[in-house]
Amino acid sequence: MAENEPMVEVFIYETRQFLEQLEQVALASEDSGSFQPEDVNEVFRAMHTIKGSAAMMLYDEISHLAHAVEDIFFYIRELHPEKIDVSAVTDIVLTAVDFMNGELDKLDSGGQPDASSEGLQKSTHDFLRNFKLENGHDPDVDLRKAKKSAAPKAAGAAEPAKQQYFIQAVKPEEVKTESGSNHVYKAVLHFDPDGGMVEVRAFGVINRLEDQAGELHYLPEKIIEDETAADTIIKDGFKLWFTTGLGVEEVRKLLDETMYLTGLELTELSSTAECEYWPTPKQKAAQAVEESSPIVPVKPEAKPRPAPIKQAGHEGHESQMISVRVDKLDRLMELVGEMVIAESMVTQNPDIRGLELSNFDKAARQLHKINGELQDRVMALRMVPLEATFKKMNRIVRDMTKKLGKQAKLVLVGADTEVDKNVTEHIGDPLMHIIRNSIDHGIELPEVRRQAGKPEMGTVVLSAQNAGGEVVIRIEDDGGGMNRDRIMKKAKEKGILTKPEEEYTDQEVYSFIFAPGFSTKEQVTEFSGRGVGMDVVVSNIKALGGTIMVDSNPGKGSVTIIRIPLTLAIVEGMCIKVGGSGYTIPISAIRRSFRPADEDIFLDVSGQEMFMEAGQPCPIVRLHQLYAIESAQERLTEGILLVTETDDRYLGIFADALVGVQQIVVKPVPGYIQAMTKMTGITGCTILGDGSISLIIDPGKLMGLLVE
Amino acid sequence: MDEELLQEEDTQKDKYLTFTLGEELYGIDIRVVIEIIGILPVTKVPEVPDYVRGIINLRGKIIPVIDMRLRFGREFRPYTDRTCVIVIEVKEVLLGLIIDGVSEVLSIPEGQTVDPPELKSASNRYIRSIGKLPDSKVVLLLDWEKLFDVEEEKMLSGMNEERGNENGAV
Repeated sequence: MAENEPMVEVFIYETRQFLEQLEQVALASEDSGSFQPEDVNEVFRAMHTIKGSAAMMLYDEISHLAHAVEDIFFYIRELHPEKIDVSAVTDIVLTAVDFMNGELDKLDSGGQPDASSEGLQKSTHDFLRNFKLENGHDPDVDLRKAKKSAAPKAAGAAEPAKQQYFIQAVKPEEVKTESGSNHVYKAVLHFDPDGGMVEVRAFGVINRLEDQAGELHYLPEKIIEDETAADTIIKDGFKLWFTTGLGVEEVRKLLDETMYLTGLELTELSSTAECEYWPTPKQKAAQAVEESSPIVPVKPEAKPRPAPIKQAGHEGHESQMISVRVDKLDRLMELVGEMVIAESMVTQNPDIRGLELSNFDKAARQLHKINGELQDRVMALRMVPLEATFKKMNRIVRDMTKKLGKQAKLVLVGADTEVDKNVTEHIGDPLMHIIRNSIDHGIELPEVRRQAGKPEMGTVVLSAQNAGGEVVIRIEDDGGGMNRDRIMKKAKEKGILTKPEEEYTDQEVYSFIFAPGFSTKEQVTEFSGRGVGMDVVVSNIKALGGTIMVDSNPGKGSVTIIRIPLTLAIVEGMCIKVGGSGYTIPISAIRRSFRPADEDIFLDVSGQEMFMEAGQPCPIVRLHQLYAIESAQERLTEGILLVTETDDRYLGIFADALVGVQQIVVKPVPGYIQAMTKMTGITGCTILGDGSISLIIDPGKLMGLLVE
Repeated sequence: MDEELLQEEDTQKDKYLTFTLGEELYGIDIRVVIEIIGILPVTKVPEVPDYVRGIINLRGKIIPVIDMRLRFGREFRPYTDRTCVIVIEVKEVLLGLIIDGVSEVLSIPEGQTVDPPELKSASNRYIRSIGKLPDSKVVLLLDWEKLFDVEEEKMLSGMNEERGNENGAV
């Protein structure tokens, strides 16, 4: 994530949570065919909060759009219209969510949310208008105002504004009125109602004053949370009482900067006792306290806090959960990795080799046990359930079935399976592609399904489970399955067959769909058929150190199985020796290793050394030549050849000898070195058990070097 | 925080860690120095200039080390027990300087320094000023910022090669 202001970061984080929640609620409502009162409230509240916080951050486009959507739900909530097109309303919510997510992405990458939501706002307003007309309501009546004056029932909702809740916007009470350095002011601000969102303007005033003011109280109290606050402000003005060191002119100037301000009454009071509204920390006996000692100074170190606008979202869970930045966890993980290495440096120290140290061994075993547990715990910290990622797929299924005229439901199994945070971030796109494919290519149209004796509603099962150190994710559909002949035909056209046609197993044939540019779909649709996607899926999964396979049962459906290691921070590496230097190659990239015989090796026209692997000619890279390493083994028949595989291409890497397999913690090469070299084929480094450093080679990069 | 920084700067102002490279005495601002260690096993990194000896593992931190002799175009001298690595940190980047040996921390007020003579020699550009000591010795004060400037580095490595060739010709 780019360096963001903490405020922006919190905004992004909170808004994302709301958006996720919104999407789920909207989809669930559409499924059930109606909006339950609590759902309406939830959407309303989420939009309301987004509106408020976006306006506070001056992201007006987001704020206005949220306002427009909020209006719809306000209408639904208040007047319970009978005719609701749930699907259309869901569409509106989802487009708004998409727009906001897009803007948040921009913020995330350090940009500004600059897209205009005017079109969306307009369509939302138009929708509400028609919606009201359909239900026989006058579209031009502003509900919020009507509610107050007309319906006595609705007045109940307005009441809380009049109750004077105690909320302390500012904690420190270092102000001592007696000292004379502070002034007490009363200000009444009137806003132009046409400027819109007066409550947000009021909130802005408070924000600005907080830095300057000692103690600050205002009416109405709950500006953002209470949706009747705006009406009160328009009617009675926004009233503030505060103490500050600023002179009257400075205060006036500060307040005058407020947008859409139509009137400002500023009076200086002689003491806080004159304020009509001046609650003390304990609301009880407020009056008496004020008379005896105006303000009691308490803990001066507390800083002013913005009013708590986020309370609306979650209730009570906060005490159990904290959100931690991922980079902190990364650092912790790194440290644990280092400790594991440090431990083996101690217990296998050459100085104590061969000594009988029973007490030491006992202590070392204890250390090892604790370290192991610590490593597990820290890994567990980084684990998050796949649920959020899985639930996003609901949206894909909905959008696609709607557009393609198909019927399908998504069944989630084992969504509580936990994987490393990095994995959830990278698994979303591949899953999306596969599910799109399942619906587009797999699930048939309703008539076809009926004729085949299947239920019209297709089913896609997305499941996850733990298996050893891996997570297995299956995407299973009950569609038409894959057409082996058609895939084979296409593969022949593309010329990607590497052995006689009859030798291919079903599995291998189906796996062709992962080849770049491979698509058997006659028509290109919006969703799939362009032949991009599946190869992206493969490369994404491989980047996670995982594997993917596909199987199919003609007429019954297909299944795609993805296996991914639980964590990325620690990988298995094969340590090799070249001259006096050590290098490490990730195990996942190695197919096999062997000592070649003379007759295995041949030269191509450019003099490149080659050998045959799985029927393909495969080039050899000699590390000692590439890295100019002295006193290394130069005879191929005396060293070892590691056959690596990246993107279905093989590369032989020649080294002196294999040292062994080790769990390695990947660290970046220092920037100083990176800037100076081309880093040929080197992706990082790692510290081995003996404390020495080994460079990690990425065979894919070496391959890229040869291709150039 | 600024105050703290200022204060720290103040106590470390004009203090230099001096070290030897052959016959010469060099100095580096004490405030960029993190620690001094003996030479550790160095892992070579391919495709870097000679003077970048590679990377070392300092308690789990991976730090590049450069040989200051090679850096200034001197002859390579095998490392001994006296060989030291001065670890410096500038803008959160760590760098190890391999030198012949450290001597002491000296206080050299600004008044006792002079600008280096304007010579064409490449390594001269890495000398910020020259400090005069009471016993008529001099200390060459390093401009450590230039050590981190990769563009400069590249130029230097080019020049070293050229000079190497010239030397070869002589």
